[in-house]
Amino acid sequence: MTVNLMSLTAVELGKKIKAKEVTVVEATKAALAQIKANDKELNCFVTVNEEAALIRAEEVQKRIDDGTLTGPLAGVPVAIKDNMCTKGILTTCSSKILGNFKPIYTAEAVINLENAGAVIIGKTNMDEFAMGSTTETSIFGATKNPWNTAHVPGGSSGGSAAAVAAEECSCALGSDTGGSIRQPSSFCGVTGMKPTYGTISRYGLIAYGSSLDQIGPIAKDVTDCATILEIIASYDTKDSTSVKREEYDFTSALVDDVKGLKIGIPRDYLTKGLDPEVKTSILNAAKALEAKGAIVEEFDLSLVQYAIPAYYIIASAEASSNLARFDGVKFGFRAKDFDGLHSMYKKTRSQGFGAEVKRRIMLGSFVLSSGYYDAYYIKALKTKALIKKAFDKAFEKYDVILGPTAPTTAPKLGESLSDPIKMYLGDIYTISVNLAGLPGISVPCGNDSKGLPIGLQLIGDCFQEKNIIKAAYAFEQTKKYDRCNIAKSRD
Amino acid sequence: MKQYETVIGLEVHVELATKTKIFCSCSTAFGGSPNTHTCPVCTGMPGSLPVLNKQVVEYAMAVGLATNCTITQNCKFDRKNYFYPDNPQNYQISQLYFPICRDGGIEIDVNGTKKTIRIHEIHMEEDAGKLMHDEWEDCSLVDFNRSGVPLIEIVSEPDMRSSDEVITYLEKLRLIIQYLGASDCKLQEGSMRADVNLSVNEVGASEFGTRTEMKNLNSFKAIARAIQGERARQIELIEDGKTVTQETRRWDDNKEYSYAMRSKEDAQDYRYFPEPDLVPIVISDEWMAKVKTEQPELRDEKRYRYKTEYDIPEYDADIITSSKKMADIFEATVAICKQPKKVSNWLMVETMRLIKEKEIEPEDISFSPQNLAKLIQLVEAGTINGGVAKEVFEQIFTNNIDPEKYVKEKGLNQVNDEGALRATIEQIISENPQSVEDYKNGKDKAIGFLVGQTMKAMKGKANPGMVNQLLKELL
Repeated sequence: MTVNLMSLTAVELGKKIKAKEVTVVEATKAALAQIKANDKELNCFVTVNEEAALIRAEEVQKRIDDGTLTGPLAGVPVAIKDNMCTKGILTTCSSKILGNFKPIYTAEAVINLENAGAVIIGKTNMDEFAMGSTTETSIFGATKNPWNTAHVPGGSSGGSAAAVAAEECSCALGSDTGGSIRQPSSFCGVTGMKPTYGTISRYGLIAYGSSLDQIGPIAKDVTDCATILEIIASYDTKDSTSVKREEYDFTSALVDDVKGLKIGIPRDYLTKGLDPEVKTSILNAAKALEAKGAIVEEFDLSLVQYAIPAYYIIASAEASSNLARFDGVKFGFRAKDFDGLHSMYKKTRSQGFGAEVKRRIMLGSFVLSSGYYDAYYIKALKTKALIKKAFDKAFEKYDVILGPTAPTTAPKLGESLSDPIKMYLGDIYTISVNLAGLPGISVPCGNDSKGLPIGLQLIGDCFQEKNIIKAAYAFEQTKKYDRCNIAKSRD
Repeated sequence: MKQYETVIGLEVHVELATKTKIFCSCSTAFGGSPNTHTCPVCTGMPGSLPVLNKQVVEYAMAVGLATNCTITQNCKFDRKNYFYPDNPQNYQISQLYFPICRDGGIEIDVNGTKKTIRIHEIHMEEDAGKLMHDEWEDCSLVDFNRSGVPLIEIVSEPDMRSSDEVITYLEKLRLIIQYLGASDCKLQEGSMRADVNLSVNEVGASEFGTRTEMKNLNSFKAIARAIQGERARQIELIEDGKTVTQETRRWDDNKEYSYAMRSKEDAQDYRYFPEPDLVPIVISDEWMAKVKTEQPELRDEKRYRYKTEYDIPEYDADIITSSKKMADIFEATVAICKQPKKVSNWLMVETMRLIKEKEIEPEDISFSPQNLAKLIQLVEAGTINGGVAKEVFEQIFTNNIDPEKYVKEKGLNQVNDEGALRATIEQIISENPQSVEDYKNGKDKAIGFLVGQTMKAMKGKANPGMVNQLLKELL
């Protein structure tokens, strides 16, 4: 019987490659075949790295054969969100302004993956500059949800999440500023994790909100996530916000044992706005963990309603400055027919950025301008500190905070763009995790009546990834991985 | 006629002498082909991140401590946002909210009057790249070699009232920084740049007038002229019943006139906010103490030591220590030849003469202490005489030649051969009977003439002591 290589998890595939049951080239070709079969419709990839991936596959195979590459992901085809620099490979942030940009260096997290023998098969679609929750703001068009192509995959790492769900890659990297890994993972029925701020180097990640951005894995299961995290996490002297952690072991937490684990459910997360089907599914997940011996109770987290405004002020302020370098001078797109420097700046940026990016640059510039700085930016920073305090208090009592990843399942394509505020509100459960710098994971916990996946979010205290990995792994054992059937998704 | 008072405050930018840039490991070396000292960080490549060079903090701290500032032990960087092609990220990493040094000051002495010029703050920041216009292709090019070179900006309070005070303050500041080794502070090369904030008001007025900021001042002389010019311009406006506009002006030292660059109305909003890519700098008491103890000897200490240890006159010590470069050469030369007074003489007389003649700064001296020491030893050993030594020194000063080689090659050895000297002197005596007569008649001056003639005949190389002695003997 021939095994569908792409239906395996990354770790399973890695094992088969190590056991010489599968070659790296076969694995790479299997991923490329899936992409060819489905990606025209799904649009998960901005760039498919076909030629280079096949050459790289041969090299990796040699190094596996001579015993220099022994890690769990050696030879596994991986996709990278298109906001991480890859030397010589187009890195666009799904924006016109970087439409022709080929970096001269590779992001640290990607280097770590490559050093572990992963084969980069391509760069995935995203909301432009990671601004959006649907992957619809991409200049390359929206990515479609493999579960139902009439729906969005979530965002901003929608391309990565959809590619994993559609089995166009074994696993992927995403980035998460306000939920951009967890929310698309939830919408696409895959597992995605954002570690504690500072765990994975941001060097080479094209910044959106520097103080909130964090790279993380998107994969089929918790084991893959923990394995990838262990590979990409590192202390990097090139990133001043990188943290030297006491340990980089995450896979030892992959044990089916939550006896005595204290889990809190914020009552504030279960109020109006939360889809009843999602609520039921989340509470069932909590019951499943309780049945395994976890202590589960509800509590008041407070300040939840302030997270979104604080986030949009801080992230937009940082973005307005981070995106200033895209000016047509040094790299990327430059408008034609300009008259002098200022006209070049204006035309390049007017034509190069999409509407959502412009909205956030304007918002960010406004909150930083003199006379408004204290009223908005400083107040938002204070709010951020208070939110962190509220979590600190909660973690005095609980090991893990449990809740939904998103208030709903994936909306239909086109529903969100017309109402940005509604889209912003969709990030309510994920954003505060970034503001507090905490680790969070989204694991599939069921499907709604339309068949769309629901994500369970587990949040841990800073540097306590192991707690959420343990809880997520234990929960995962209670249900089988639900593969999406792409053939069925076209309705 | 109304009496006006000039009120001046300075913003001084100093390029720090670190080997690498402030936020990456690229070289800070001056020159180099365009864009060769660059990397993703200092060219603002997407995804690149800054990492602070600790040496920058130590230099800034050292300058702060030497100018009596309070060190901000928990200081931060901020982003200053503005678009310009020489600024690769379109923001400059600087310090606004928590600068590293605050509330200091230095004492200056102008014609015997002592006064303290207060320092408001010193902050660290990165330099920008350099724009060049290519006339041939009609386009502008950017060289990012200078982008990310560390700077400190020293902001004074408006405590100066004349160009004399300004120059004295700047000279003192420059000397402190040079002695600390934090910068070479060359105005011409731009490693020290001063912007002058100036206003005038009637003597006795309760408030300062409206100030202007003057840029593009690249010598002390230009600064003095710009202050005179701006003072006169503002007074004329006031006398004419017009008002001074708060604006930035650019000084043209050739035309001795300033031009308005931008007024307060179109001043940019820099939208400063804390740099999220850098963590706050925590300066511990230990670190501060370490910088303090490692502080090199400053001018006053040096001056005192020269008097006591080397026994040279106060006047000499004062002149030599007025330039760090001179003091360095002095000490290095003395270490080799152990002749402090002789070294001091060469610096005080010939070196100062040549500096003046060639219109350069003491900091531009480029000869090696080894060569000066060798020269002193050549004179000491009687290998060359004093006159020849001066000629050789000029070669050392301009071309840093090796005096031993030079003397050998040019055949400048002093003639100590009694036979040769005697023969020449005998000839001179026979050729100048009148002078011989005069000498014998008691005109002592005449012997000077005869010495001169002898030296001339021997191309200056004769041992002057021996010439004197032999002349007297033969006469």
